Amino acid sequence: MSPSIATNQTILVVGGGIGGMTAALEAAECGKQVILVERNATLGGRTARMNRYFPKMCHPTCGLEINLRRLKGNRNVRVMTMAEVSSVTGRRGDYTIILKLTPRYVNTNCTACGDCAAAVEAEISNPYEYGLSKTRVAYLPHTMAYPMHYVLDPSIIGTADAGKAKAACKYDAIDLDMQAETVELKAGAIVWATGWKPYDAAKIQPYGYDRFANVITSLEFERLADPHGPTGGKLLRPSDGKEAKNIAFIQCAGSRDENHLRHCSRICCMASLKQTHYVREACGESGKSTIYYIDIRVIDRLEDFYRKVQQDPTVSFVKSKVAKIVEDKDGNPVLHGVDTEGYHRYATTHDLVVLAVGMEPETNGIKLPDDLLLDSSGFIEGSHDEGMFGAGAATSPLDVNRSVQSATAAALRAIQVVHKTAAAEGGRP
Amino acid sequence: MSEQNQQAVARYRNNFLKEVEDRVEDGEWVKMCMQCGVCAGSCPFGPHWEHSPQKIFMMIRAGKREEVLASDSMWMCTSCYNCIVRCPRKLPITHIMHGLAHYAHRLGMAPKGQPTREIARLFWNNLAKTGRVNELKFSLAMYFKDGFVQGIKNLLAMQGIGMGLMKARRLNPMEILGGHKCKDKDGIHKMIAKAREIEERKQGYAS
Repeated sequence: MSPSIATNQTILVVGGGIGGMTAALEAAECGKQVILVERNATLGGRTARMNRYFPKMCHPTCGLEINLRRLKGNRNVRVMTMAEVSSVTGRRGDYTIILKLTPRYVNTNCTACGDCAAAVEAEISNPYEYGLSKTRVAYLPHTMAYPMHYVLDPSIIGTADAGKAKAACKYDAIDLDMQAETVELKAGAIVWATGWKPYDAAKIQPYGYDRFANVITSLEFERLADPHGPTGGKLLRPSDGKEAKNIAFIQCAGSRDENHLRHCSRICCMASLKQTHYVREACGESGKSTIYYIDIRVIDRLEDFYRKVQQDPTVSFVKSKVAKIVEDKDGNPVLHGVDTEGYHRYATTHDLVVLAVGMEPETNGIKLPDDLLLDSSGFIEGSHDEGMFGAGAATSPLDVNRSVQSATAAALRAIQVVHKTAAAEGGRP
Repeated sequence: MSEQNQQAVARYRNNFLKEVEDRVEDGEWVKMCMQCGVCAGSCPFGPHWEHSPQKIFMMIRAGKREEVLASDSMWMCTSCYNCIVRCPRKLPITHIMHGLAHYAHRLGMAPKGQPTREIARLFWNNLAKTGRVNELKFSLAMYFKDGFVQGIKNLLAMQGIGMGLMKARRLNPMEILGGHKCKDKDGIHKMIAKAREIEERKQGYAS
């Protein structure tokens, strides 16, 4: 076990998505010592996988770049990727954290030249693309990766590819002997910015996400629309690669449902409204978006965005929760249900169905410290000892904008805790 | 208009939702419906009845008392439970539909001659008499419910099946003479009367 690398005036931030990066930077820029741990090989989280933000339709790379620049210019933040919290003991002002570090098999000599990726042959499903494409076993997580280092998938160890990758590297950056490690560290306050994950769409049996190729999730649709994505930004449907022009969006896929997620995921209405812009950009007047909804829930000033989409003649709205999807002989999904405005029974064929899947806490299914307070859906509310805080989408379903606000608030609370710790220890904060 | 119906109208005036909440089994769930339409879309009988559950619930809230109670929809429910399983708000839709059917029947507002209601009525009368179902009498009552001539036609059409059942000793022709009954017939009658009394008290028919 490595020696302690932090003190109890340190703030630990768990999760390196937009919320965690913000909380870490806000605290660090106030002069606090911060450790930012991220389970994956890169910072950026789910935000880095979006095509555009609503409501301004700007690119996530922009916001990420600003944060990465702040990070590079700040000596108070120590970033640890491929690091997972395995236990937390102690209390407010005096936590002991055990981290589990997974080997990257690439050291900091890496210049991201890509020679290792060119040398290897085996492929894995690309996690960054939600499995929509393959990537080599030596890969760069994405173009905005931080740290900007390649990663070797653990499956490469012991294969011929491992030797090829090592031989191809001109900088002696590949270290096949790296081992998993355990690190213990101290912190005075912990910010849990563990984020969210999409609800498993296959559990919504009548929609057939696991049976029909042309039923995809809203996150997969983000990747299809991304010019750097697996289809180069073309809206090609998975079954036959045909361009999808008539696209259905199903709201509340998993949310607001006692059988799935009890809560409203809050952002999915805006996400689908945003995605109608992608259809319009890709197909112009010949595209057609249909949103099937229970109620459209867009909050405060986002209402303006909704009104604009309502005026778009290529977008129509059907007030109905779709009852089931079947597939016709050409692989087109056919949506069945009854609408609430007139109670008309419909059976409508589309090229592609996008399920606006709900958000659940990424930590569902993971054992968290007993002291943390969770709500009925698993979102983090705080801790009994008031030394740990939730930030961003770990606290409730939030968009990027509100995640950042939440993270800033969490940073302030964490700063207050370490201030008090310092005062109690008689030192200067 | 039946006496009970008059009482109910006077008591609840224009608040049919309140009436359903008080008097219909599981009626207090109706206000939880968020009108998503999954029940209507999931119902295998969907296209064949007048009002889907979703529509019935909205009609209750809109105070359409006559239309709801006279609807044939509740009588079409086959209790497949698809709607209960799928309802995102966990409304016991099947039970509410049966509760509404029962309530409409008690008020004398259920649709006359509706076939499934007619079968339910014949079945209950048959069962309540002796505490045992007399299948022969029940079948005959069903065949003849639309008149003598239709009854004979039905009998002839079902002849083969009837003979087969008799051969397999699944149908005893002697059942026509009274038939088998439970040990304590009077006890059954008392139980039914008591259950009815409790129900009337609970649902406020008595007052």
